[in-house]
Amino acid sequence: MPKPKLAVFKFSSCDGCQLSLLDAEDELLAVADAVEIAYFLEARTQQIAGPYDVGLVEGSITTAHDVARIKMIRRQCRFLVAIGACATSGGIQALKNWGNVQEFVRAVYATPDYINTLATSTPIADHVLVDFELRGCPINKMQLVELIAAFLIGRRPWVPRHSVCVECKRRRAVCIAVAQGIPCLGPVTQAGCGAICPSFHRECFGCYGPKEQANLVSLAGFYGDHGTAPRDLVQLLRNFNGYAPEFREASNAIEREDLSAGTAG
Amino acid sequence: MPANRKFEVKALSRVEGEGALYVKLEGGQVDWVELNIYEPPRFFEAFLRGRKVREVPDITARICGICPVAYQMSSCHALEKALGIDPGPEIRRLRRLLYCGEWIESHALHIYLLHAPDFLGYESGISLAADHRDAVEKGLRLKKIGNELLTVLGGRAIHPINVAVGGFHRAPSRSALKALLPDLEWALQASIETLQWVSAFDFPDHQVDYEMVCLRHPHEFPMNEGRIVSDRGLDVPVDEYEGHFQERHVPQSTALHSVRMPGMTSYLVGPLPRVNLCFDQLSPTAKRQAEACGVEWPCRNNFKSIIARAIELIDACEEAIAIIKEYNTEPSSSLASYIPRAGQGCHATEAPRGLLYHRYRIGDDGLIAEAKIVPPTSQNLGQIEDDLRAYLPGIVNLDDAEATRRCEHLIRNYDPCISCATHFLRLTIDRNPEPAVCTINPMQRG
Repeated sequence: MPKPKLAVFKFSSCDGCQLSLLDAEDELLAVADAVEIAYFLEARTQQIAGPYDVGLVEGSITTAHDVARIKMIRRQCRFLVAIGACATSGGIQALKNWGNVQEFVRAVYATPDYINTLATSTPIADHVLVDFELRGCPINKMQLVELIAAFLIGRRPWVPRHSVCVECKRRRAVCIAVAQGIPCLGPVTQAGCGAICPSFHRECFGCYGPKEQANLVSLAGFYGDHGTAPRDLVQLLRNFNGYAPEFREASNAIEREDLSAGTAG
Repeated sequence: MPANRKFEVKALSRVEGEGALYVKLEGGQVDWVELNIYEPPRFFEAFLRGRKVREVPDITARICGICPVAYQMSSCHALEKALGIDPGPEIRRLRRLLYCGEWIESHALHIYLLHAPDFLGYESGISLAADHRDAVEKGLRLKKIGNELLTVLGGRAIHPINVAVGGFHRAPSRSALKALLPDLEWALQASIETLQWVSAFDFPDHQVDYEMVCLRHPHEFPMNEGRIVSDRGLDVPVDEYEGHFQERHVPQSTALHSVRMPGMTSYLVGPLPRVNLCFDQLSPTAKRQAEACGVEWPCRNNFKSIIARAIELIDACEEAIAIIKEYNTEPSSSLASYIPRAGQGCHATEAPRGLLYHRYRIGDDGLIAEAKIVPPTSQNLGQIEDDLRAYLPGIVNLDDAEATRRCEHLIRNYDPCISCATHFLRLTIDRNPEPAVCTINPMQRG
């Protein structure tokens, strides 16, 4: 039986999530034995044409060409998996969704006419059907290996959907929100990193995006009541997953309230 | 060989990011060479405006998944200058240790998985492993040890979370660092074997009169600090960088090309300049091995950058061991405090692929008012084009597939990080005895 064909595609991103496959140093050669790595430009020159059994997509959609290309990729992949914050929520470059893109172009490039970009940076699922999303900025390489292993035996990948708080307790880190009053996104962020930040005495800043049924209103209210300025909460939420619907709506709501309070005052 | 033909390669592989190469030959002469970078722009310099100082190293890390530490380091140093703070010698040593981790990880990746296959006639590290499993496994273990060092110090290998303006959120425990020593001792030996392995490769005889540029420090091999020097007499503090180097925006590219002023000439950054210009600062084992590896230094053949990378691998392992051995007390404070205030600061550090310059202005509100970032690959882009122009006449009589392979190999000498410079390559070569119309083909991605 021929080996299943795996392809890795890149859109607007830092390359860190596809690097995670090469960073699985102990598993990489075993993975290469089990699946045919048919298309993975960062790692190999050989390119085997589709269709592919699994396509891993890194990066967000930021150009008109990207929109056409992701549709073509979808047609070639039996399972399409979006990997990383850029592919699942638009990434850090989605901050431009709140700005004026022409101003951004002028801020960075001397000859703005040479630059062709859409006004927005959007996740893959906004454009095509995505079969599975692997979160993280960057993704957890062991979750990626789990995803490939699960695919090979035909089951759904086991990826926890609870919050970073659960991982934090398991790690026996002291809660920095309660003990130090530091606004931390752990309660509303999906697990996966292993609660690294709190164990390094700093706040979670949401690399794995919103957890299921996150209560952003309650958490923002709590931090606000304890003295965090609305602007600081907005910036904490507008990060690598800032354009994920739950985080986006929360930061927009805080901004609106702050604005109307300012007008009233 | 037909006199009139045209060929193209869909994409250059084994580089980080996406772009294209266009070459036009007329009557057997190289008429036009152009690197097109069309990795979509991500506008970091724009959306850093209005962010808090403390957020900057977390954000700039996301420019590059291969060398996030370099971005974090240049950001922190530049902002600390703007704020007028000095985190002190203990933090300085730990930052150097963190950078050693990134050099080990990035150099091992490039040598074993991306570049060695070019010399040995394989299309990838994965194919190389089929015949040379031991070598590739050695490379992967080296890479893993670099990543483990990053994890202990930075919290994780890609986008470390422990780096802060003012130092580290938490100092690493003595025991966690000391536990890495046996692996690093193995890595030092493996790096020496790596140098012996790559030194025996066949190298094209390709001498170029590069202007080599890197940092130079009076007491150490350059990573975090130094003056900007070149082999043509440049020797200036980093504050004067923008007086001597300028970015130009060229059509068909989302990367800015840097040139050396005033002559608007190309220059080379990366491992070869560092080893050439700072040879005396190499660690004892690295220097001894570099002297014995059969290369005459200074070396002007960038195909031998793989040798320079292996030398730096030895240096980084030996440095890391020395720093950890001296780390006997954890610093009482890992983070210098500061109050965000108006100011301006710039700094350059040595990313694995070369000089990385950052400048920031902090506004009266304590937020970032302006950011400027010049990645190593945008500094090398002009030189890659010049290098191809010099190299192509010697290979135009080869068949299309072989000429293309050689061009890609040359580009990989630079370990280009196109994502950083904002950006995969598609090589198009027009062979035409008559003046031809230049057509640039959009890359067929996917």
